[in-house]
Amino acid sequence: MRSLNMPLSDETIRSLKVGDPVLLNGVMITGRDAAHKWMVDTFIKESRQPQCDDLEVYSAIKPLLAGGVIYHCGPVVAGLDTQQYRFVAAGPTTSIREEPYQGMVMKHFNVKGVIGKGGMGPRTLAACQDVPGVYLHAIGGAASLIAQTVVRVLGVYKLDFGVPEAMWVTEVQDFPAVVTMDSHGGSLHVSVEAHSKAVLQELLGKA
Amino acid sequence: MQDITESILELVRLTSTDLPPDVEASIRQAVLQEEPGSAARGALETIIKNVELSRQNSTPICQDTGTPIFYVYYPAGWSTRALRQQIEAAVVQATKKSYLRPNSVDSITGKNSGNNLGGRHFPSIHFEEVEGDTLTIELMLKGGGCENVGAQYSLPNDALNAGRDLAGVRKVVLDAVYQAQGQGCAPGILGVAIGGDRGSSYYASKETLYRKLDDANPDPQLAALEGKLVEEANQMGIGPMGFGGKTTLLGTRITHLNRLPASFFVSVSYMCWAYRRRKMTITHTAVKYE
Repeated sequence: MRSLNMPLSDETIRSLKVGDPVLLNGVMITGRDAAHKWMVDTFIKESRQPQCDDLEVYSAIKPLLAGGVIYHCGPVVAGLDTQQYRFVAAGPTTSIREEPYQGMVMKHFNVKGVIGKGGMGPRTLAACQDVPGVYLHAIGGAASLIAQTVVRVLGVYKLDFGVPEAMWVTEVQDFPAVVTMDSHGGSLHVSVEAHSKAVLQELLGKA
Repeated sequence: MQDITESILELVRLTSTDLPPDVEASIRQAVLQEEPGSAARGALETIIKNVELSRQNSTPICQDTGTPIFYVYYPAGWSTRALRQQIEAAVVQATKKSYLRPNSVDSITGKNSGNNLGGRHFPSIHFEEVEGDTLTIELMLKGGGCENVGAQYSLPNDALNAGRDLAGVRKVVLDAVYQAQGQGCAPGILGVAIGGDRGSSYYASKETLYRKLDDANPDPQLAALEGKLVEEANQMGIGPMGFGGKTTLLGTRITHLNRLPASFFVSVSYMCWAYRRRKMTITHTAVKYE
């Protein structure tokens, strides 16, 4: 299994193909529904004025996202009272909800890797080719196991979004994932869907 | 009335961190069906490792600890108002102890309550009075990923050529599995309700998920359909996590309700492999967990 260190270079990204299992090392940041909508509305479409700590957070996450990896995850976190944060459970959430935003976020911040589950659609696949980037599939529900690869929580932004929706900056070691969308236009999700559709049509044709 | 908050807290801990034996056995069986070295087998092996680790460390199997759905069957003499307070208190404590993720979000303001309480419907609690002297509380934790891929069909459905009979039910359920792909954390378990109104139908589709995987449907026609649906869904090759493979469903549970002449709903609740449901009984002071 291949080990990858974040941030990721274009060369590394281009060498990854659908089906490759990888282990990720280094700093990654979580972001899901609220974070994606906030990034797009405030800094990309600019349909919303920056408020409160928005600009500060923007400058803090920009270098983390450049060449970096965003993880669709709403963790269970211990130590909320003492701010000695520790991930207790941290599996991926369903990625397709970020489809309206993900390509724009990848291009704006130069995000090279997106981790989640269930795969994403054509806009994200196009962004993977352009940026270039990859979609990495983690095992949905394997939350205790994945939490053990989060060796440190380095900080948190936008905790006012709530614990699951906040942007948690973490250091990971041997975080396991599989490439299911690559920078060459390959998507395991497209091929599984096409195959299952053909079987479904056949089954529906039977009485 | 006795205070059973601590016992309910233990029910929540057990449900969140220890997968029921029938579900674990079913996943272990599925591992053997998948090709060695395949992504599907790798996913299932990781799932098993995670199940073992969660049990050992008492940490949530999945970070999405879902909507806590309680069904309370109480003998005469118990106060449902007091039981509700104790369930809520247990849920707050379970959140503090990281058995539950704070999951209750105000739909208008977007604010997370932080303690898993919020209005009369979070957590979701159903009460029913029963005979005898045993109090039974069943809990299911149903995550958002699988909840989002649930579906309701109104028959006849022209696009799927599905009429108002079991053959039509089969077709729409297969469509629901196709639509869900890997997004509900396959391999999944389907709760299917035929009939009812839109609301009662969805409720019944969830209630049927409290049945164990090896519990045969008493109606032979429905038992046969349950088996057939699993077999046919698994032919679709969606596989664990949607990676491709032989195991798309672990089981299907079908129930039925009377309907209006004008309506014929089929409701499908998709449950992810992290099928967290547990039961607690209290007879006098003896507490038992299943």
